Amino acid sequence: MTAPGDAGFAPGSIVRVRNDWPERSGPCHVRTPHYLRGRSGTVQRLLGRFPNPEDLAFGRPAPSRALYHVLFEQPPVWQEGRPGDELLVEVFEHWLEPAGAESRAATGAAS
Amino acid sequence: MSDPSRITPSPSVATHDLGGAPRFRCAPVERDEAPPGAFGKRVDALRQLLSQKQLLTVDELRRGIEAIPADDYFSLSYYERWLRSITALMIEKGIVTEEELR
Repeated sequence: MTAPGDAGFAPGSIVRVRNDWPERSGPCHVRTPHYLRGRSGTVQRLLGRFPNPEDLAFGRPAPSRALYHVLFEQPPVWQEGRPGDELLVEVFEHWLEPAGAESRAATGAAS
Repeated sequence: MSDPSRITPSPSVATHDLGGAPRFRCAPVERDEAPPGAFGKRVDALRQLLSQKQLLTVDELRRGIEAIPADDYFSLSYYERWLRSITALMIEKGIVTEEELR
């Protein structure tokens, strides 16, 4: 298991979704949408702490993890939409890493 | 820059992870509010019994459903997916063997 990574992101923090693909290395259950891997967004708020669904899916002990609402610009994600279109997605903290303010401009340049 | 191929989930992505997949764009939502028929009720009874015996959780059931390859997933009915998942999980856990199910 990866480290819990309890960084405690405050609202407004710029974060990057880990560009990780556990699906490629065996059975797993992942709630983080594939289209957000490697993308940067802004933490809106903490939704609470919930048992990690990645563990629950295998009947393992499931420590609670922080879940955030993270806001992303939509046009770079699906190559469509207008500036200002947004995506609001629930992402668990262990899928997020801090991203500097400078990476915000590079939101669409993931992978 | 962005790779347009990312729009299409790779085959390694689970069936539930279909956000942005072109095949579902602007498709109307299927609303099937019909109560389960005799088959669905039997599958659900099986699920409840296995849960009571602590051999199955709904989280595991969901994982098993998502692991069904997309072609099979979209050709199976709702409770057929449940049964497929239950079967795979019971084999995975060694509760039954494939031979016993033949």
